[in-house]
Amino acid sequence: MQYVLLIYSNKDVSDGWDHLSQDEQKAVLGEYGTIFQTPGVTGGAQLEPVTTATTVRVQDGRTLTTDGPFAETKEVLGGYFLLEADNIDKALEIAARIPAARMGGAIEVRPLVAM
Amino acid sequence: MTRQAALSRRLEQVFRDEWGRVLATLIGFLGDFDIAEEATQDAFALAAERWQRDGWPVNPGAWLTTTARNRAIDRIRRDRTLAAKTKLLQVPETTEGDVDDVNDLTIPDERLELIFTCCHPALALDAQVALTLRTLGGLTTDEIARAFLVPEATMAQRLVRAKRKIKAAGIPFRVPPEHLLPDRLAAVLAVVYLIFNEGFGGRGEPAAEAIRLGRSLAALLPDESEVQGLLALMLLHDARRAARLADGELVLLANQDRSLWDAAQIEEGKAALDRALALRGRGPYVLQAAIAAEHAGEPRDWERIAALYAELTLLTGSPVVELNRAVAVAEARGPQAGLELVDRLELDDYRYLHATRADLLRRLGRTVEARASYARALELAPSDAERRFLERRLAQLT
Repeated sequence: MQYVLLIYSNKDVSDGWDHLSQDEQKAVLGEYGTIFQTPGVTGGAQLEPVTTATTVRVQDGRTLTTDGPFAETKEVLGGYFLLEADNIDKALEIAARIPAARMGGAIEVRPLVAM
Repeated sequence: MTRQAALSRRLEQVFRDEWGRVLATLIGFLGDFDIAEEATQDAFALAAERWQRDGWPVNPGAWLTTTARNRAIDRIRRDRTLAAKTKLLQVPETTEGDVDDVNDLTIPDERLELIFTCCHPALALDAQVALTLRTLGGLTTDEIARAFLVPEATMAQRLVRAKRKIKAAGIPFRVPPEHLLPDRLAAVLAVVYLIFNEGFGGRGEPAAEAIRLGRSLAALLPDESEVQGLLALMLLHDARRAARLADGELVLLANQDRSLWDAAQIEEGKAALDRALALRGRGPYVLQAAIAAEHAGEPRDWERIAALYAELTLLTGSPVVELNRAVAVAEARGPQAGLELVDRLELDDYRYLHATRADLLRRLGRTVEARASYARALELAPSDAERRFLERRLAQLT
């Protein structure tokens, strides 16, 4: 099965990150790197901050492009991993290893629809 | 009893005993909860019809499993889209003629796989409870709904959603590997104990069901001390059920009519506790069972009970457990020693804190303060029986 691990971040996570020493930041990045190399992990990326987002909607054939979203959401999608695994247990284990999960963020584990 | 009534009672018993195991085997075989459930239901319906007419099979469980399996295979053969949905590939042909040749040893017992699936942490707790009762307990949706005081439609929806998630999210049908086992087993035991407590308030059925589940688990995992401990705890508590209420009024343990206790069940509980202790179990269920066993003794050894509660407090960090220790300490060393412990706790919303405090103050002759504490406990008491009990105590204050 395929899973996506959606990494939700918030102010706690970014504040926490800012308070880390350079060495500590390096260690955290190293953890992300290790997860990337875990067997079964097939992809992933960190997203640029939500301030860089643009939203597209199509209404009556007209494309509406807006800056944002700047909804009042406190949790923002910060990145994701793609994963191939036999079952959800593997996905949950990897999710628990993602540093954001212990820094005040949350990981949403979602199965992908089989094509 | 007429022959007919005797037969249907016997059938009901087989249904109770075999449902979980037959269904577990079918789910393991088919990889699909719904088809497995349907086939199992079919097999039980067929049994009700055939066994009365043709006589009882040598091995009812094997008969049911084989028949359910054949039913499922037939259905899948007839319906290709269904076949695509299940993991079923090559299945050895079994005909109904030889069902009596199959014995329990040739059919794997997959109830453990099933209960770990039902109690998977990716499912909501209320869904875990419902699914466990439905699949392993064989309770109908309506029965579960009544036990948990929710509308049947809500419960049906909860079950459908849970089964859908198991499939879509890839929740595995297996006993978790070693490194996940402690956490997952704790989740299973929590579900069983929650079912038990749901019934302990008065309605006996969920409690009886939880004990059945506990017995199965204890047989399937004989080396897990907490499994034995939970079974012991439930048996010991449940053994006192009949004495807990007299004419609808709560009776304190000290005043309970011991002749109403189920002596055989207390012995069974103590035996399970002994097994847990022999496995060097010191977990929360084992400790609670040890306390329950001490309470069944006469006279009660309050120093020992206080020591067990102290151990449990260390393990759980729970102020409620600490409150219980205070009660034991008060019995062992007097109300003043107990009160000192009670007054260190931050549990203002907990009715038993105030009821306990009131009782200790009463024993110390501090009537005015006792009255205030009873009043606070009364404000927080949820059931009429508890309120009436507190009112009686309040009225006895002079």
